[in-house]
Amino acid sequence: MKNKKTLTTLALMLGVYALGHILILTGVINDYSFAVLATTGINIILATSLNLVTGFTGQFSLGHAGFMSIGAYVCAIITQRVEGTVGFVLGVLAGASAAALVGVLVGLPTLRLRGDYLAIATLGMAEIIRVLFLNMEITNGAAGLSFLPRFVDWNWLFLLTAGTLVLLSNFLHSSPGRACISVREDEIAAESMGINTTKYKVTAFSMGAFFAGVAGAMYASYFYFLKPDLFNFNKSIDILVIVVLGGMGSLSGSVIAAVLLQLISTWLSAFPELRMVIYSLMLVAIMLFRPQGLLGSTEVTELLSAKLPQLFGGKGGQKKEEGV
Amino acid sequence: MSILTVKGLTKTFGGLTAVSGVNMTLEKGELVGLIGPNGAGKTTVFNLLTGVYEPTEGSVTLDRGKGPVTLSGKKPYHICAEGVARTFQNIRLFKNLTVLDNVRIAMHKNVKYGIAGGLFHLGSFAKEEQGLIDKAHQLLSMLGLDEKSGELAANLSYGEQRHLEIARALATDPVLLLLDEPAAGMNPAETAQLTSFISRIRKDFDLTILLIEHDMSLVMTICERIYVLDYGTVIAAGTPAEIKTNKRVVEAYLGEDMGNA
Repeated sequence: MKNKKTLTTLALMLGVYALGHILILTGVINDYSFAVLATTGINIILATSLNLVTGFTGQFSLGHAGFMSIGAYVCAIITQRVEGTVGFVLGVLAGASAAALVGVLVGLPTLRLRGDYLAIATLGMAEIIRVLFLNMEITNGAAGLSFLPRFVDWNWLFLLTAGTLVLLSNFLHSSPGRACISVREDEIAAESMGINTTKYKVTAFSMGAFFAGVAGAMYASYFYFLKPDLFNFNKSIDILVIVVLGGMGSLSGSVIAAVLLQLISTWLSAFPELRMVIYSLMLVAIMLFRPQGLLGSTEVTELLSAKLPQLFGGKGGQKKEEGV
Repeated sequence: MSILTVKGLTKTFGGLTAVSGVNMTLEKGELVGLIGPNGAGKTTVFNLLTGVYEPTEGSVTLDRGKGPVTLSGKKPYHICAEGVARTFQNIRLFKNLTVLDNVRIAMHKNVKYGIAGGLFHLGSFAKEEQGLIDKAHQLLSMLGLDEKSGELAANLSYGEQRHLEIARALATDPVLLLLDEPAAGMNPAETAQLTSFISRIRKDFDLTILLIEHDMSLVMTICERIYVLDYGTVIAAGTPAEIKTNKRVVEAYLGEDMGNA
């Protein structure tokens, strides 16, 4: 059962990978559409990693752009100095680790706060990071870093995005992952059932920061250019919008929402004056009709394994427990 | 052998003394009741025993037969790891998770692989996960909840939720079980069924049980000894028969006899 599932996932991933290659080779995906694709991949990583913190562990964070910027700047500074793919790999690892480390340092004192208090603390943290980058010499202040080497091609984009999804999904289907979810469900009960809630809150927070760092590193290694303003409060909100829209506590929801929002926003670039108006109206409409987000807290795979057999006349719906 | 020793347990919240100088001992295998009028401090005692609150004064020690361990001042998850499990007066299940997951989460402390094992599903991961699932199903079928293992906890009936709370507490593999008003909101038939359920798990899991309860039929039937709490102090302790005739207990529940006015 489990093996079959792993194989299906693997086949699906290889399919997507091959499809991407074919589309690029045949020219269907040109430079412009690849930039859209890269943004989508980066947004998928940002949204799923924030979902781990906010949707699964229940810790409302508004500072995800801060962690992204750490990954971006650390990676950029390294790729400027170490040449070639080695520099990029080193940059991604160092950027993500630096973000995770800051995640631990920030998480330890702030995660004892709850709800809106934590949101404000993380918001402040992200602003501090931004102001630091604005005033440091090595980041070249407000002017930012430009002419950064580009490394992210379809291979890297796919590897890092799919890798993040696999690792996050693995984690959430393990005992430490369930411990994180129990913190969201009821912190006092979790603690009384033997879960060290502080440990798992900090774990989720720094793991989220790690992947945000990966996304930042990818950004720096694709878009040539970094400045602190890219990672302001609005960026954190953009990521949060994807998470809420896709459904708090649904990885596949975040993926779908990231793709959907990217498509909408690309399509709307034809109407620059009305773009933000239409975009906002759409968000309002979706939240009115589906306040729990597109997928709520279920995953696409669960929906399929519950619905498909019904469609084909078998009896489904009882399969759930093996998967979770 | 006393499994739990409580000495001079005191908790003040600002100027309010919720629990004051409580002494209590539980022998291994005993089933002891903790009763008292509303606001007497019973749940506060539970919260002190399980580390939700830190005592202002006094000590709590647990002895599983391997020498005494101080519980006071420890975090709830440490106390759980020492072998003390509890249920909650106002049900605190993981509502949006399945019955199986509720039980599996309570087994977390025995899982050997760590965060890296969880990320990469390496080594003994699959075997351990299967072991958890098997153990959870086994526990649930002993408690008659296995048919519901795939249901969300929120969708269970009230009585089933109360049972699941006990099942989840048992999944932590305790020696001492603290039940906070397990019969609250149940009708007499359900209470009777719960009474025999509690006696059964005490035997099957080799437990010592301390329970808070307002339902006197349950307390008087199954408790071997009873502590009575009023205004944060123990006003009486003894067998059910002794407690029933204790003057101070009657006064605490019904008010003082003002003479034949």
